[in-house]
Amino acid sequence: MNKRKLKESSAESAESISQVQKILRERFCHHCAAGKLFGMEQQYRHLLELLKRTMVHGESNSALIIGPRGSGKTTLLNHVLKELREMKQVREDLLEVHLNGKNPFLSGLLQTNDRVALKEITRQLQLENVVGDKVFGSFAENLAFLLEALRKGNRTSSCPILFVLDEFDLFVHHKNQTLLYNLFDISQSAQTPVTVLGLTCRQDILELLEKRVKSRFSHRQIYLMNSFDFKQYIKIFKKQLSLPAEFPDESFAEKWNNNVQHLSEDKTVQDVLQKLFHHSKDLRSLHLLLMLAVSAVTVHHPLLTAADLQEASRQYSTDSKANIVHGLSVLEICLIIAMKHLNEVYDGEPFNFQMVYNEFQKFIQRKAHSMYNFEKPVVMKAFEHLLQLELVQPLERPSARAQREYVLMKLLLDSSQIMDALQVYPNCPTDVKQWAASSLSWL
Amino acid sequence: MNTRQQSKLIYSWYGKPLGSDRKLRTSQYKGILITSESSKTETCIQVGDFILVEGANADQPYVAQLMDLYEDGAQHKHAVVQWFCRLEEIPQNKRKLLKREISAQEVFFDQVLGYDTDIAAETIIKSIMVLPLHLGEELPLIKLNKEQTFYVKQSWDGKCFKVLSPDTFSKLKEANKKRGVITNSSKAFISSDILTPVKKEMESVVRSATKPKKIDMEIESKHSASKSSLAKERHSQRVANSDIKTPTARKKLELNSPTRSKGRLLGCEVLGLLDDDCDAIAPLEPSATKRKVKFTSDILGSPPKIPCSNDKSKSTSETAEHCQRFSDTMRLSPYTKVKDFGDKDRNLREKDDFPSLGGYQKQSSQSPVLTPRSRRTCAQKTSALIAEQISLLKSHGKLAAEEDFLSGSDSSYSSSSEEEDDDDDVPCTPEKKTKSSRIFSTPKSSRKSAVHTPAKTLRKTVRTPRNATPEIPKRIQAAQEPASVLEEARLRLHVSAIPESLPCREEEFQDIYNFVESKLIDGTGGCMYISGVPGTGKTATVHEVIRCLQQAAENDELPPFQFVEINGMKLTDPHQAYVQILEFLTGQKVTATHAAVLLAKLFSTPGPKRKTTVLIVDELDLLWTRKQNVMYNLFDWPTQRHSKLIILAIANTMDLPERIMMNRVASRLGLTRMSFQPYTYKQLQQIVSSRLKGVNAFEEDAVQLVSRKVAALSGDARRCLDICRRATEICEFTRQKRAPEMVRMAHVTEAIDEMFSSPYVNAIRNASLHEQIFLKAILAEFRRAGVEEATVQQIYHHHVALCRVEGLQSPTVSETMAICSRLGACRLLLLEASSKYLHMRVRLNLSQDDVMYALREE
Repeated sequence: MNKRKLKESSAESAESISQVQKILRERFCHHCAAGKLFGMEQQYRHLLELLKRTMVHGESNSALIIGPRGSGKTTLLNHVLKELREMKQVREDLLEVHLNGKNPFLSGLLQTNDRVALKEITRQLQLENVVGDKVFGSFAENLAFLLEALRKGNRTSSCPILFVLDEFDLFVHHKNQTLLYNLFDISQSAQTPVTVLGLTCRQDILELLEKRVKSRFSHRQIYLMNSFDFKQYIKIFKKQLSLPAEFPDESFAEKWNNNVQHLSEDKTVQDVLQKLFHHSKDLRSLHLLLMLAVSAVTVHHPLLTAADLQEASRQYSTDSKANIVHGLSVLEICLIIAMKHLNEVYDGEPFNFQMVYNEFQKFIQRKAHSMYNFEKPVVMKAFEHLLQLELVQPLERPSARAQREYVLMKLLLDSSQIMDALQVYPNCPTDVKQWAASSLSWL
Repeated sequence: MNTRQQSKLIYSWYGKPLGSDRKLRTSQYKGILITSESSKTETCIQVGDFILVEGANADQPYVAQLMDLYEDGAQHKHAVVQWFCRLEEIPQNKRKLLKREISAQEVFFDQVLGYDTDIAAETIIKSIMVLPLHLGEELPLIKLNKEQTFYVKQSWDGKCFKVLSPDTFSKLKEANKKRGVITNSSKAFISSDILTPVKKEMESVVRSATKPKKIDMEIESKHSASKSSLAKERHSQRVANSDIKTPTARKKLELNSPTRSKGRLLGCEVLGLLDDDCDAIAPLEPSATKRKVKFTSDILGSPPKIPCSNDKSKSTSETAEHCQRFSDTMRLSPYTKVKDFGDKDRNLREKDDFPSLGGYQKQSSQSPVLTPRSRRTCAQKTSALIAEQISLLKSHGKLAAEEDFLSGSDSSYSSSSEEEDDDDDVPCTPEKKTKSSRIFSTPKSSRKSAVHTPAKTLRKTVRTPRNATPEIPKRIQAAQEPASVLEEARLRLHVSAIPESLPCREEEFQDIYNFVESKLIDGTGGCMYISGVPGTGKTATVHEVIRCLQQAAENDELPPFQFVEINGMKLTDPHQAYVQILEFLTGQKVTATHAAVLLAKLFSTPGPKRKTTVLIVDELDLLWTRKQNVMYNLFDWPTQRHSKLIILAIANTMDLPERIMMNRVASRLGLTRMSFQPYTYKQLQQIVSSRLKGVNAFEEDAVQLVSRKVAALSGDARRCLDICRRATEICEFTRQKRAPEMVRMAHVTEAIDEMFSSPYVNAIRNASLHEQIFLKAILAEFRRAGVEEATVQQIYHHHVALCRVEGLQSPTVSETMAICSRLGACRLLLLEASSKYLHMRVRLNLSQDDVMYALREE
């Protein structure tokens, strides 16, 4: 009886747990779709008004949305577009051209030159069926065709077009900035109403524009800065983690939300968040942390705990190179220590394999008790393994002429990283540890 | 046309000078002979004929009527013409005035005064036909050589279309008739003159043919008409004319005149018939002779060809019988009038192939009337035989080595296929009849047509109009008109809103206007270079000038001109400039190199009908190429005598000619320069307030602030307008009540701050704690090393030290690298490629002071 009851409840909770996982994962991974906006109400209104004016009054505009990576530029735009599409008047009229990006965006990463970009614009405006099966002979024809199309329209009767240029800074490098000039020129002349929106993370974007292009750009810049403080950050954390009201299992949702509330007041959780906040205000990093934490939630462990978050934070902040060092053999560790000493002795000057080998030989002969004296080819093999792992890097490209032993190298590890890694290295011989601590200890 | 371009043509006078003007040292002639060297053909064009004249666009020669021919003192041949203009030559905006569909074959009697009617005789291409029609009339269905026949319904005087005056109408008609007569006479006469036995026989046929019964005439005229329209025939006709430039010839002509009068009568009848019949063509010559003439010339002209022609004559005699029968069926069948085009065309081809065929037909026309039954069998037989003949001929075609001949038949064939196309298109064509006539034909031929039609229709559907003009869909909901004062102001402040006049550029406007106007009046060419920083109204002023000039030209105060604009930024390649100019001028689409050649030809040769061209070259500096040939050509054309080209070149830098142009280019550009100074704050203020006239939306001081600010920065009017526009938005944004609000200083200041404040300081202040510490570490490292560059490793050590001071947990190297790349993506830092990891070098993208200022404030 008791068992059955337990099973029932566990089955039920398994259901809701998978629901939780699904909802939260969607929220963390597709940050633009359903996520809420934080700390950008003003920018939201600005952009919405701007686009509304284009759609309703047929006013041409141009604007840039500038903000560091993960500050929610695309999210902002998607929210505005979603709201616009809900307005009946606009929905029927809006034509969108997205260059680059998620779904149909024009992106500097995809449209690597104006020719490709123009083709994409033609495709998205569905002008190609006007031309029938006529294949555009040349870039020039294509440009002339598109300009002609846009020139035909006028403010009051043509469908307004929204051009979204993702990774705007990459379009700047196109030859003569032809595309940008033409788009901005259209937005400044009495043709088809267009709004040109650029998304970029570069703060110096205006300096990249050619003077004629710059003059035609309206200089509307919408900055997204992650300008919230830690209190708001905690709020965001709570909102991101709590379940929506329409969650099927209400009691579970209540339990979960209460737990989240408790977590947000927990000291250790706040420490974890504080640390993350100090590193980056980017919401994507928060999502990543929460993602790691949420994946620890199972039927037997239905609610998040502070420990989960701590663990996630630890995983999140571990040093990647130090992680690699954990997996090395003792011989390889010894070589790295030798390099470290060489770096200290010669103040960061580059070294070659022969120097490292000599240093290693000194250690073997004078100090080492537990170490085996490896032959030179074996040591060379170990050294090459380090090279492959990119813990060591040659100064120049390897040439056929230079003997392998004498190619100059640099160590890509900081001494602090090496020491940290040695601390956690399993079964590290004590003499190696001592040697690592002091290059002079063997004397 | 192509062959024409390739082969050399010799122009010589036909006949003796009719009269001469001692004073002007000119002598008039009544005709001109065009001899083609390669094809050994001669064409005669006489005064009163309709001709094609070489135009700017090779595909679209001008249509004209030859009024006079004379030779001037310098031995140059001249022609005086009455122009007709095609639809393409009429400005786009005026075409609407017609309010009806215009076929490609329709031309307009040109009464525009601006055109030069005196042309060089060498520009004449060939003769054609132009038929006057009344306005309401349908265009007759043309069966053959569409290119050769035009219709005129209305006249065009540069402003409106008018119905042809009865006077001109009759004149045109007269010209057509006269033409028919002349050709007739010459023909008849030749045949008698250059006589081979066969020909003589035929001549008699012709004579007999001139007085047939009415029924026969009808059919015959139809035959001859369709035949006459072939270019080939006209050629041969010319040949005939040329061959017999002897007094006897003239005599003969007179002798024949009675028959001629009959022919004219016949012509009138047919013209009348055409109207209700809708069944093609005009002045008719008993065409059999024509064929014959050709034949003779062939025989006479080229001995080695004789065997072939013999061959042909043999086949001719063979087919004579069938042809006779065939023509009978044609005459008798109730379907004659609406004959299947395909069939008819085949007939025509047949006739083409067999010069003497026409003659036999005529002979046969007098033969007794057959019964319907026999007609049917006859038809079957004939068509079968015809098919045979065709195949036979095809095989012999090459042997015959008569290139002209071949090409002639080819062209007729293609034209006939075109007709078939048309036939398919026109919904009212009697499908049934076509079918019924097809039944008569042999399985072979019917299969042929069956094969043809699907292919054709397929091509039809695929084919798109050459100049498909794309269009952005129309909006469904109407655009809202501005409701409030602020919205109204914003609309007016938009850069695209075109004010009635451009304030503060009156002087420059006047200068440019005067320059262009004087050149226009003189009919010469010239260049002007206009420079100025962006946003100083260069392009706007030039456009304004053009608008005024166009207005003046419309009011007949100035000679008409063409306006072409190219923009260096809107070209993908400097050489595309040629393509665009040529397309604007003539509507041709060709490659860049070809376009350059055509344009050079266009501007260097005296064009008869060419207007002055005003060319605006915007963003001139982008037309720069290594050899500078684009610029060179552009500035070289205006210096040519006949170019009539005025160039207004616009660029940003004042010393562009000296800086980037070679001496020869700069020299051709000349010294007519003008520079647009950046606007002063007073001018900017005036610009804004003139746009806002009547809208009380801005405080005076606010406008002044914006103007002063922009004038101090760049003097860019676009910036000024943009700031004002943004200020209205901010004003709308911040006001609480529905009360009307003015844009005040505060709003403008906010807008200015938004646009011009440096983003860096703000970005640093909003960066995360570790990012700020990283920047501090950079500063510390710079201070320590004394160099404004450091590796990540060095900075990392400082970073760790700083964290210790602050009591923070020091970040791992990975985290530091992440911070570094984040700052690099924002371009607060400049980074090397990240593969160097710890040894990656870092620089600041802004001054150390700025960073310190941004960090200290907190």
